[in-house]
Amino acid sequence: MLLYAILAMPLAAGAIAALVPWRRWVGWAATCANGAVLGFGIALSVKTTHGRPLAALNGTLRADAMSSFMVVVIATGAMLAAWQSPRYLSAEIERGECSLRHAALYTTLVQAFVTCMLAAVLAASLGVMWVAIEATTIATTFLVGHRGSDKSLEASWKYVVICSVGIALAFLGTVLVYFAALHVGSHIASGPGAIAGTSGASGARTLDWTSLMTASHHLDPGVMRLAMALLVLGYGTKVGLAPMHSWLPDAHSQAPAPISALMSGVLLSVAFYALLRFKAIADGALGVGYTRTLLVVVGLASLVVAASLLLSQKDLKRMLGYSSLEHMGLIALGAAAGSSLAIAAVLLHILGHGLVKSVLFLSSGEILLAEGTSEMANLPALLSRRPVLGGIFGVGLVALLGLPPFSLFVSELNMIRAEIAVGLGWAAAISVICMAVIFVAMTGYGRQLLLGDRHLPASQGTTARSVTIPLVSALAACAVVGVSAWPLQQLLHAAARAVVR
Amino acid sequence: MSRTGYVEVLDLAAGAVLVCAVVALWRRDLRAIVSVLGLQGFALAAVAGVLASHEHDVGLGVTAVIVFVAKALVIPSLLARVVRRDPGSRETAPLVNVPSSLVAAAVLVVLAYLASGRLTTLFPSAATRLAPIGVATVLVGFLLLVTRRKAVSQIVGLLLVDNGIALVTFVLTAGVPLVVELGESLDVLLVVVVLRVLATTMRTRLGPVDLDQLRELHD
Repeated sequence: MLLYAILAMPLAAGAIAALVPWRRWVGWAATCANGAVLGFGIALSVKTTHGRPLAALNGTLRADAMSSFMVVVIATGAMLAAWQSPRYLSAEIERGECSLRHAALYTTLVQAFVTCMLAAVLAASLGVMWVAIEATTIATTFLVGHRGSDKSLEASWKYVVICSVGIALAFLGTVLVYFAALHVGSHIASGPGAIAGTSGASGARTLDWTSLMTASHHLDPGVMRLAMALLVLGYGTKVGLAPMHSWLPDAHSQAPAPISALMSGVLLSVAFYALLRFKAIADGALGVGYTRTLLVVVGLASLVVAASLLLSQKDLKRMLGYSSLEHMGLIALGAAAGSSLAIAAVLLHILGHGLVKSVLFLSSGEILLAEGTSEMANLPALLSRRPVLGGIFGVGLVALLGLPPFSLFVSELNMIRAEIAVGLGWAAAISVICMAVIFVAMTGYGRQLLLGDRHLPASQGTTARSVTIPLVSALAACAVVGVSAWPLQQLLHAAARAVVR
Repeated sequence: MSRTGYVEVLDLAAGAVLVCAVVALWRRDLRAIVSVLGLQGFALAAVAGVLASHEHDVGLGVTAVIVFVAKALVIPSLLARVVRRDPGSRETAPLVNVPSSLVAAAVLVVLAYLASGRLTTLFPSAATRLAPIGVATVLVGFLLLVTRRKAVSQIVGLLLVDNGIALVTFVLTAGVPLVVELGESLDVLLVVVVLRVLATTMRTRLGPVDLDQLRELHD
C-alpha cells in the first residue's frame, strides 16, 4: 500500500498540472505531493529498518532499507525543488519568458521525472530499473532546454545524446547479466545438478536483483567482467563520472535552478544506486577486486578532472556542476572500498550532498533572479548586499567543502577511513590532494562572491520568507545529521547490509 | 524450416545488420543513410522473427513485430521527414574522412570478435555465435556518432548502437522479458522524438547549422 502511495502522489500532482490551467496553487499541490512522499518514505524506512522488505504489484515493486533510504533522498530533493518552482515560474511568466502552457508542461515533467526516479529505486527487476532510469533522461531533456535559448538547446542536445549512449551501454551490460543468469553454472564442470534450484531459465523473475544475488556465485565470471565494465561505463555516464562527464556542467548550468538542484542532488545518486545493486551481484561472481578497480579508476579520474577544471570557472552554476563531479568521484571511491562502513558513509554522503547541493543550486537560482547574472565576476559582496541570501549560500558552501558540523564532514572522513582499511590508502591520499585543491579554488570563489568590495550599498528587495525557510531547514537537517547521526544510523547500516556481502 | 535453412537465414539477417552499419558509415547522402537505417531495422526484425519461429517463443514473436514497426517503419520515416526539410544535405566534412573510418570499422569488427569471445563459448549455439556481430555493430555505430557533425548522422549513430545491442539481446537470450523489451522500444522511440524536436527547433532558430558550430558551452 505504502509503495503504491509513494508512486501515486507525484503522478497525481503531474496529472493535475497537465489537466488544469496553470496557477500558482498547481505548483504548491506538487510541493505537497512531494512532501507526502517524504512522509511515506520515512514510514517505509521505519518499517524496513527492523522488519522484512515490502513487496507489491506481484513482486514488481520491492523495498528494502536501501530503497527506502533512496526514497527519502529523492523526496527531500523533490520537495525542495518543488517549493522553489512556483516562484521561479511566476517570475518567468511575469517577465514574459514563459507561457502558462510551458509552466504546466514544466510542472508535469518534473513530477514525471520524480515518479521515474522513485520507480527506479523501488523496482525489483534490474530491467525495470533500467527502463525507469532511461525515462528520466527523456523527462529531463525538455527541462534542461526549458529556457529555449541557444545555449540551453545545445546543452540539452549534448545531454540526451551522451546519456542515451551511456544508458544503451548499461542496457547491454544488463542483457549480459541476464545471459549469465540464464546459463547459471554451465561453466562449472560438475554439472547443473547442484544449482538446478537457482537456475532461473523461466525468465520473468531472472532479472530480479534478489534472485541474482542468490545465484551470483554461479554466474560466469568471463561474461560478468564484460557486463560490469559496460555497466560502470554506462550508468557512470548518468552519474556524471569521467570519462563520460562532459554533459554534466553544461546541463547543470543551463537548466532552470530547481531542475539543476534535482538533477545534481538526486538524479546522479539514483544512477549510482543502480551501480551499487550491480556491484553487489558482481562481487559475488568475481570477488570484490574487479569492480573495485573499475570504480577506483573512474572515481579518481573524476576527481582529477573536477580539481583541474574547478581552478578556472567563471559561471556560478557551472562551478557547482563541477563540484558534483567531485562528489560523485568521492562516492565512487567510497563504494570501491565496499565494506559496510564504507557503504553507510557513501549513503550518508549521498544524502548530505543532495541536501547541500540542492540548497546551493536553489539559492544560486535566487541570486540569478535578483541580480540577472550568474557570472561570478559580476556578483561581488553578496554578504553585505543581500545578507540573507548570501548567508545561506555561504553556509552551504562551507557544508559542501566538508567542514564540520555538517554531515559531509562525517561521511568524507568515514569513506577515507574505510578506504585505508581495505588497502586503498594511496587512492584516498590522491583524493585528499584533489579535495585540497578544490577547497582552495572554491574558497577563492566564495570570498569573491560573498565578501568582495564591502563598500557597495545594500541592494533593493529582500529575500522572501518562502525561499529562506526550506533552504535553512535543509542546512539545519544536514548539520543535525552530521552531529548526531541520529536518526539515521540504524537505517544506514540496514541499507548497507543489503548490498555488502 | 529445415535446420540448415534456419542457420543460413539467421546468418544472412545478422550479417545484413552489420553491413547496413558499415554502409551508413560509407555513404554521405543523409537520405541514403536514413534508408539504410530502415533496412537494418528490417534485418533486425528478421533475426527476431526467425529465432521466434525456431524456438516457438510467442514473446519474441511480439518483440519482432514491435521491432519491425518501430525500427523499420516509424523511426526511419520520422528521420526522413527531418532530412526532407533540408534537401540536398550531405555529411560534408566528417571529423574523420570516409576511407579512414572504413578502415577503423574493420579494426573495430576484429576487436568485437576478440572482446566477445566468452559470450560465444559459454553456451555455444547457432544463435550465440552471432553475438560478436552485434557488438561490432555497436562499435561502428559509436564511431559514426563521434565522428559526424550533422544532427541526423548523430541520431543514426545512436540508433546503430541501439540496433547492435538489440541484436546481441536476441541472439544471446532470445530477448529480455517482454516488459523490459516494451520499455526499451518505447524509450528508443521517445529519444528519437526528443531528438527530432530538438533538431527542428535548432534548425528553425539557427538555420541549417552543423552541430560543431554550437561551441558556446566549453571550458
